[in-house]
Amino acid sequence: MSELRRPGSRRALGWDSIIVALTVVVLIIASFAVENFGTSRNFTFLALDLLPIALVALPMTFIIVTGEIDLSVASTLGFTSALMGTFWTHGLSIETIIPLCVVIGAILGAVNGFLVTGLGLPSLAVTIGTLAFYRGLALVVLGDGAVADFPAAYTGWVTGNIGGGSIPNVLILLVILALIFGVILHATPFGRSLYAIGANAQAAHFSGIRVARTKFWLYVVSGAVAGLVGVLWTLRYSSARADNGAGLELAVVAAVLLGGVSIFGGKGTLPGVLAGVVLLAALQNALRLEDVSGQALNIVTGVLLVASVLLPNIITSIRTTWQRRRLRSAAAH
Amino acid sequence: MTATQAVLDVLDVSKSFGAVAAVQGVSFPLYAGEVHALVGENGAGKSTIVKMLAGVHRPDTGQLVVTGAPVDFAGPGDAKAAGIAVIYQEPTLFPDLSVAENIAMGNQPLTRLRQIDRKAMHAAAAKLFQRLGVQLDPTRPARGLSIADQQIVEIAKALSSEARILVMDEPTAALSGVEVERLFAVVRSLREEGAAILFISHRFEEITRLCQRVTIMRDGKHVCTDLVADLTVDDMIRRMVGRDLSALFPKQDVPAGDVVLEVEGLSREGVFKDVSFSVRAGEIVALAGLVGAGRSEVMQAVFGVDPYDSGSVRFLGRRLKAGSPRAAMAAGMALVPEDRRQQGLVMELSIERNVTLPRSRKLARLGLLLGTAERDEAYTWTRKLQTKLGRLTDPVGTLSGGNQQKVVLAKWLSTAPKLLIVDEPTRGIDVGTKAEVHRLMSQLAADGMAVVMVSSELPEVLGMADRVVVLREGHVAAELTRAEATEESVMYAAMGQQVAAS
Repeated sequence: MSELRRPGSRRALGWDSIIVALTVVVLIIASFAVENFGTSRNFTFLALDLLPIALVALPMTFIIVTGEIDLSVASTLGFTSALMGTFWTHGLSIETIIPLCVVIGAILGAVNGFLVTGLGLPSLAVTIGTLAFYRGLALVVLGDGAVADFPAAYTGWVTGNIGGGSIPNVLILLVILALIFGVILHATPFGRSLYAIGANAQAAHFSGIRVARTKFWLYVVSGAVAGLVGVLWTLRYSSARADNGAGLELAVVAAVLLGGVSIFGGKGTLPGVLAGVVLLAALQNALRLEDVSGQALNIVTGVLLVASVLLPNIITSIRTTWQRRRLRSAAAH
Repeated sequence: MTATQAVLDVLDVSKSFGAVAAVQGVSFPLYAGEVHALVGENGAGKSTIVKMLAGVHRPDTGQLVVTGAPVDFAGPGDAKAAGIAVIYQEPTLFPDLSVAENIAMGNQPLTRLRQIDRKAMHAAAAKLFQRLGVQLDPTRPARGLSIADQQIVEIAKALSSEARILVMDEPTAALSGVEVERLFAVVRSLREEGAAILFISHRFEEITRLCQRVTIMRDGKHVCTDLVADLTVDDMIRRMVGRDLSALFPKQDVPAGDVVLEVEGLSREGVFKDVSFSVRAGEIVALAGLVGAGRSEVMQAVFGVDPYDSGSVRFLGRRLKAGSPRAAMAAGMALVPEDRRQQGLVMELSIERNVTLPRSRKLARLGLLLGTAERDEAYTWTRKLQTKLGRLTDPVGTLSGGNQQKVVLAKWLSTAPKLLIVDEPTRGIDVGTKAEVHRLMSQLAADGMAVVMVSSELPEVLGMADRVVVLREGHVAAELTRAEATEESVMYAAMGQQVAAS
């Protein structure tokens, strides 16, 4: 009985724990080896840089765990940023604009969700389509100009630190949202159902899980978060532009996969994903401080991504070979 | 008939997965011109032996010897090169390629311009079918072939690669009577050509009819290898389970209670039509019929995983919302589906997650699943059903078929249903577990649960059911009481004119 109850005591170390450990190691090494990396000023920049990726990665993790993907997030961000500029020039108050942008992000997400679950189209194709479409809408709304004169109280809050220290205000937002998403994914029936959907949608359906409805709402949340990040992005740079956040979706997907979420669904943890986000951002930040060129940064990101897919396989095969050898030698004696 | 030199010797092989020893020191020979049965309960290690022969698993210790020479398979390609072909229960053909292309896959005849020689390929396939004595068009796509035909294509593929050793892993499990006969004819002609065949089956009448030699395994160990003629079926069962089996189908008589389920005029275009029946508490109603008669489809529509066009489902007198498994579950219905791997379980998830999947919302406190509620629940139910498992955190896919089925039963019984629908509850399950499942169903009915059982096994239907609803081509062909139901009456209803015609 006690044997049965021991919770996962002999479970092999997952990729997510490896990536968390690796992230800690990289942070420690970088703060000693890279000049200025460990300074509070750099910490502020690092936090502000990883914030949009981390926020968008939260719902993206949910979506990829169910075996789908949302590549339109960065375009949703760009569209809400462009709208924000237009609304502002038309005299709407910032207090109206912010919730409006989040709602519009949610609507764009709902369009994705409807195309994927209502019409049963593959999410990869749908969101590549809306990636182009939403970015196009952003250009229609704002053209290639920019709107910059947002109220200082808001831009100041987004770029400011808690109590004038070195922890950015917006980090509170990330911590709160990450906690909410983490608890939902790892400690609620809804979170359990996401893994079941990703690993075997048919069996999930047979267990009374509303597969389509669940996926639909994930896209709505993904759109809403992208809308929120569009607002934060605009305020941080004090600039509403149609091309804000272009290419962000790839950084987000890279971080999620690096964090140990399976692209086929059914596997992954939120701590792993957050570690993936921090690891990528910290590496880029450290290399930039060392004056390494942008191309080299891309190479590092690429190698890490391939390694994150490759290494778990290599580890497993080494493990089985080793186990077989031990059994053979045991049998020989 | 018995050759002195075995074509294949399995010598003292062992294989462990983690802490579980799947196979321990098993040896047996395969002779040319012989069909050799490999039997044992689920989890006895038969599949592991098959996978060793297929080159999927490497034995941890021991040796495979092909015509006197020790072999070490690094992968399925090596096993194929050594002349071993494996026909799985559910073949995996390329659906969009033609039958002939499937057979020639990896081995296509070429013209002088190094193009695939379609003519030669089709001719070769036609010749193979002739040799096997079956009618199949080599040019048609593999999509839409019945499982029986797909197996024939796999066999032809094996022959085209000059395989001398054929391993057939429960080939008859999903076949109808006629199809089984055709498969047997094919196997006999292969045997006469001198092939060595390893035949895995749970059906004893197939073993006594087709096989010359039998190897029995229990708990991963070798029990015996004997001539089939020297053993009775009782001997085989006793050696498989290590004990005598009393009654296989022990349905107790229970006075029927209130009507739990009423299905009225249920129809779905092209699938089933005007299906009506009812089930009372304490009753076991069997849905019998041929494969493809629409039995599973009807029950899946009742449970809500599939839609229906017209008709109604009433549960305890109240109309049930269509197309909503959640509503059916809330009302007190549970469905143990036909396909354990695709519908019943999420193979990658742990045993405990699978058991608690339909009930996790009930187990949550304030919406949160913290603490040990899930583990306790999974522990209670797997123990109640005597499930053999290592840890509750192991993926459910690591369990044997019979124990997987117990996990599915645990999953649904934990929801305390008033109506339990079981679809092929004992398919691919060994005799020991089968008896346990039957005893369990009988007990549940005695406790007042209403049970609907879809089954293709007549002895099971006749032994367990209080009433038998026979479906034919999507409509109710007959409803028989326990007294009226005989092998003949059920089969007659299921096949309609076909019996009279033959």
